[in-house]
Amino acid sequence: MSETRTDKYFGQALKRKEDPRFITGTGNYTDDMVLHGMVHAAMVRSPYAHAKITGINTDSVKDMPGVIRVLTGQDVQDAGLGSIPVGWLLPDLKTPAHPAIALTEANHVGDIVAVVIAETRAQAEDAAAALEVDYDALPAVATTHAALADGAPLVHDDVPGNVAFHWEIGDEAATTEAFKGAARKVHVKLRNHRLVANPIEPRASLAQFTPAGGDYLLYTTSQNPHIHRLILAAFVMSIPEHKLRVISPDVGGGFGTKIFQYQEEVIVLLASRLIGRPVKWTARRSEAFVSDAQGRDHDTEAELAVSEDGKILGFRVNTHANLGAYQTLFAPAVPTYLYGTLLNGVYKIPAIHAKVTGVMTNTVPVDAYRGAGRPEATYLIERIVDMAAHELNMDPAELRRQNFIQPDEFPYQTPVALVYDSGDYEPALDQAMQMMNYAALRDEQARMKGGKKILGVGLISFLEACGLAPSALVGQLGAQAGQWESSLVRVHPTGKVELYTGSHSHGQGHETAFPQIAADELQIPIEDIELIHGDTGRMPYGWGTYGSRSAAVGGSALKLALQKITAKMKKIAAHLLEASEDDIEHEGGVFRIKGAPDKSKTFFDIALMAHLAHNYPADLEPGLEATAFYDPKNFVYPFGTHIAVVEIDTDTGHVKLRGYGSVDDCGPLINPLIAEGQVHGGVAQGMGQALLEEAAYDEDGNLLAGTYMEYAMPRADDVPFIQHGHTVTPSPHNPLGVKGIGEAGTIASTAAVANAVMDALWHEAGIAHLDMPYTAEKVWRALKDARGSQPQAAAD
Amino acid sequence: MNVTLTVNGKTYTRDVEPRTLLVHFIREDLGLTGTHVGCDTSQCGACTVHLNGDAVKSCTLLAVQAQGADITTIEGLGTPGDLHPLQTGFWEEHGLQCGFCTPGMIMASAELLKHTPNPSEDQIRHHLEGNYCRCTGYHNIVKAVQHAAGAMQGASQAADD
Repeated sequence: MSETRTDKYFGQALKRKEDPRFITGTGNYTDDMVLHGMVHAAMVRSPYAHAKITGINTDSVKDMPGVIRVLTGQDVQDAGLGSIPVGWLLPDLKTPAHPAIALTEANHVGDIVAVVIAETRAQAEDAAAALEVDYDALPAVATTHAALADGAPLVHDDVPGNVAFHWEIGDEAATTEAFKGAARKVHVKLRNHRLVANPIEPRASLAQFTPAGGDYLLYTTSQNPHIHRLILAAFVMSIPEHKLRVISPDVGGGFGTKIFQYQEEVIVLLASRLIGRPVKWTARRSEAFVSDAQGRDHDTEAELAVSEDGKILGFRVNTHANLGAYQTLFAPAVPTYLYGTLLNGVYKIPAIHAKVTGVMTNTVPVDAYRGAGRPEATYLIERIVDMAAHELNMDPAELRRQNFIQPDEFPYQTPVALVYDSGDYEPALDQAMQMMNYAALRDEQARMKGGKKILGVGLISFLEACGLAPSALVGQLGAQAGQWESSLVRVHPTGKVELYTGSHSHGQGHETAFPQIAADELQIPIEDIELIHGDTGRMPYGWGTYGSRSAAVGGSALKLALQKITAKMKKIAAHLLEASEDDIEHEGGVFRIKGAPDKSKTFFDIALMAHLAHNYPADLEPGLEATAFYDPKNFVYPFGTHIAVVEIDTDTGHVKLRGYGSVDDCGPLINPLIAEGQVHGGVAQGMGQALLEEAAYDEDGNLLAGTYMEYAMPRADDVPFIQHGHTVTPSPHNPLGVKGIGEAGTIASTAAVANAVMDALWHEAGIAHLDMPYTAEKVWRALKDARGSQPQAAAD
Repeated sequence: MNVTLTVNGKTYTRDVEPRTLLVHFIREDLGLTGTHVGCDTSQCGACTVHLNGDAVKSCTLLAVQAQGADITTIEGLGTPGDLHPLQTGFWEEHGLQCGFCTPGMIMASAELLKHTPNPSEDQIRHHLEGNYCRCTGYHNIVKAVQHAAGAMQGASQAADD
């Protein structure tokens, strides 16, 4: 048996256990799956943003090669399927029906109006392209502005005025009062534009119905297979929950967009039931652009009240959030509870009031995308704080510093509902400024002023709320789900261990980080431990991975399950060593009698005896496994300071991200290699929003950036090496002390890079604000306009 | 129509629809699913393989255009017991997260190191601009290629000594 050891795994930068399969091309993603007799589905999608479906001629393709069946909205209705539900309800929320296949009306470009099932994918796509569908085009609205205009066409007849909800938070009267006495009122009107998440693996689903037992199997690209099973079983398909097994195998990135219940998963399950063969669908990238839930899309007007010496006095916000054509799973929560509650940032702000209007449009649905509400809040407050610093002629770092919540003020109650658990913001700010040589950058900026190349420094101090979340709290706020997490630890007779979690890894390294936690608790080699996830047939119910919750909630559940295992092992050890349980200590990889180090039992000895039960305590159950469910007491609140450095070519307007430094505090790091990797990727995604990406629609609701040819994401030569540091402030309320790190990079970096660009343009030309993304043309025009007609004048 | 080609040292003859893309032939006809499809427009690079020694996006040509070609996919580059230095580099430097772009990244990087054994950071970034990664921010991918370049140079020096 394996030699026991006592190395501390927690905190080590171990290379990942899951990597051998990925680097050798032997990962197993949904589209890699083949089932005997499998056929293929191709979606027929509306080319119109808004249209009546007046006829579908299924005969037009029935004789094409390989075609097995055409499904329409009528088949969905005939099968009695329910609407795809919304998982978070706000007071008076209007929730239009969301059928798996549109029956009478298509509401965005890409809405599914029919499905062709054929023997091969190519045959299915041929027939889908040939299917005759008649539409009467209807007027469409693509923006919140158009949707809220007087007399605007309605996206759904049962959503008057296209308003799905009005929501507010904070104290309006106190905020009005705070503004009355303020020396300065900094105003901004800004747009946080729409994004496409774009995990490189397109969504895919493969369903198999077995009539004999009435069993369904669904392989799907999901961040949370249990949620999919629950929704499909209980709300859409009326399948007994135990008759549906959902497996989310290797998943090629999620970023939020693989949380939600989509139409296609319903369709392949229904199709498999109707035709009696396994049915697969894999999105083409161009389909992903018009069917994956998109992110952001806020139009906001905000005002910050500050004193002449830079003290923040009040903050008021009015946001119109574009929800798209349907509300997917978390859609109503993202621009409300995940946004409005974050508007306090890291500052002492005496009064805040925010109003949010959720607006339906004829565009692809909008839901959580990496950060989900927190990047929007962070961008807004960090942008307006920078504008305040510029107006007051203060250094942005110093204005922030003098408004920070202080370490002795935690737990800190904000005016927008949250109670921050712990924080110490100044050390992160200092470390970031030192790491990036902030003072020298300001000197360099002054030297470059007026030149061909100008410099911008964007500094932001941020906080986020993650580790979703106390179940009772989110229930009060409208969540139709619990937010605890489960873990099962199973010790085999040979002392090898399987861990099961309801969290899911689609790149986050769970298969390494979770065993690191377990190897320390059990004091066995990490090689003897395997993590299993992503299969409702194998693990207890769990709520999956989003909101940077896996370590804080799933890891904590694991810790509790492990403690149950070691507690039971102590009882068995006490029996075997003929000692009192209180005299047993678990140290150095063995269970031994305190003070008698030669009397000990190994992990293997006890695991074996738990299964043999030959010489065993009479009052103890045999076997060695334990399940724990952990419901957090609060969110966790990671924070940090990020600094972006950009160079702008004033001749062309091209913005180059020259340097980026992040100092993050997510509590103790389980695996620094993985944690830093999360920051690197998050930073790149956030800078993508600031400089490159935009899911632009025309006024008729056509998505203008519908492939990778039009939608620009960061490539290897757009991103510099990221300099990284961290401080460690444990969360006081979970057993590991950990906070989340999966989204922090994105939450911080959009604001940091945007502030860097605007810092350059402010110092060069007095431009207070431009909306992202900072394309060369936009920057060039702004400089040209600000300087008069000669963009190159400053170079003279 | 018939196509005969060699993949990872093994010769295959298959009857394919003329419109079959090489990537679909590799994935579906040969069952080598390490080569991935991430887009429709030859932008993402997840399908990169070696064709007669050059890195190509296998979605940009038809299977029949590869008639007689010698192709290497990620499965032919190295095995868990005998990893290519780039596979080791990606593992050591945490050059992957979800793993979906990884085979294409490794195949594209392998071509770079063949022609440029000691690439600069800029050369690596420039060479990989045809491959999207959404997870890593490319930071550790660049380090992984540097790691492999160092290992391969060390190995070739050792061989010369």
